[in-house]
Amino acid sequence: MEFTEKHVEGLKDLLYRMADDLLILGHRNSEWTGLGPILEEDIAFSSMAQDKVGQSLALYEILHELGESDPDTVAFTRNDFQFHNCQMVEFPIGEYDFSLVRHFFYDHADALRFEALTETVFEPLQMVAKKFKGEIKYHTMHANSWLKQLANGSEESKIRMQQSINELFPHALGMFEPSNFEQELMESGLFIGEAALQQRWLDTVVPLLESYGYTVPTDAAPLFGGRKGVHTEYLQPLLDEMTEVFRIDPSAEW
Amino acid sequence: METSARIKSILETVMDPEIPTISLVDLGIVTKIESRASQHAYVQLTPTFSGCPALRVMEDLVRTALTDAGFQEIEVETSFETQWNTNLITEKGRAALLKHGLAPPVKHEGYIELDVLSDTPCPLCGSRNTTLQSPFGPTLCRSLHYCNNCRNGFEGFKPI
Repeated sequence: MEFTEKHVEGLKDLLYRMADDLLILGHRNSEWTGLGPILEEDIAFSSMAQDKVGQSLALYEILHELGESDPDTVAFTRNDFQFHNCQMVEFPIGEYDFSLVRHFFYDHADALRFEALTETVFEPLQMVAKKFKGEIKYHTMHANSWLKQLANGSEESKIRMQQSINELFPHALGMFEPSNFEQELMESGLFIGEAALQQRWLDTVVPLLESYGYTVPTDAAPLFGGRKGVHTEYLQPLLDEMTEVFRIDPSAEW
Repeated sequence: METSARIKSILETVMDPEIPTISLVDLGIVTKIESRASQHAYVQLTPTFSGCPALRVMEDLVRTALTDAGFQEIEVETSFETQWNTNLITEKGRAALLKHGLAPPVKHEGYIELDVLSDTPCPLCGSRNTTLQSPFGPTLCRSLHYCNNCRNGFEGFKPI
């Protein structure tokens, strides 16, 4: 089918959501570099940070081909209200249980989102989705093994993990905040839509968490805002730090 | 066709910047070679990992090698058109990884679970009695293992 202006607008919005999530969570993950509780975990979060920032770049490049500014400008010169990431990814890293649970919620959604996008009619996105799928697999495997291990660790580890699950679940549902273009994205075969994705995510994470022995607050109400540029007090300081070197000399060649 | 073959043989001498025993061709990342004149070369590369920092370096290495070989019109492009996976590493490439002390990736059918990595043969003694320590290693393409037989830690090139 022919793409109308609204289809392209919807596609760009979708790309910004994914790229901004990856950039911001990639930055948060990198904050564990040098601080991880054990060396392997330090390396794991650093590697996942590198994957995510690299994936965000590939998506910003697609946006650039669709007429948006170049990746550096888009990543480093916007203010918080111009970011389309969900609020969950912008929270500080907190304690390790918090970062692990966020990682589990986010990466399962990410894996399912790109799995779905391997069938999008927009070819450049289809190609990167096929590529990302293999990389994300290692992220979900990592998350699963820790969620499982800490459910069976000590009484304290289980309590802490459960508290983070309860705290983060409404924010996790916020990942699926509908866009203004759901209908256009679905009718054109660009994307399955946020509601369908959320259902796939619930069908994946709820049985997994229950099998590890956690309870899931499935009746929680979603906390929206991020996708429409409404962010918490934590995003702007993150952006200020992330862009500090860039702002010294925006025209520098690296 | 003859020029394309020549380009390929040049690329067989361009080594991966992080693993100097393996060429870009044997790594399986050269996805297209074209030439429309004797001085023209088009090379398409595909990233191993989206976040691999060696990618830009590889593009530069290809450009330099082709310039040194006398090509005047050189186009090097990175594209996701063909998605790289470790099954694309050639037999020669697998031997080159081993030479660098890295366990070659397990061959797979596209479905990877952690169990696949848990019996990676040790590159030092060949034993399969090994333990996966972490699927994340010092670079994105490597995993960390321990050999219960010769009691050495080793790195593997992880299947993707």
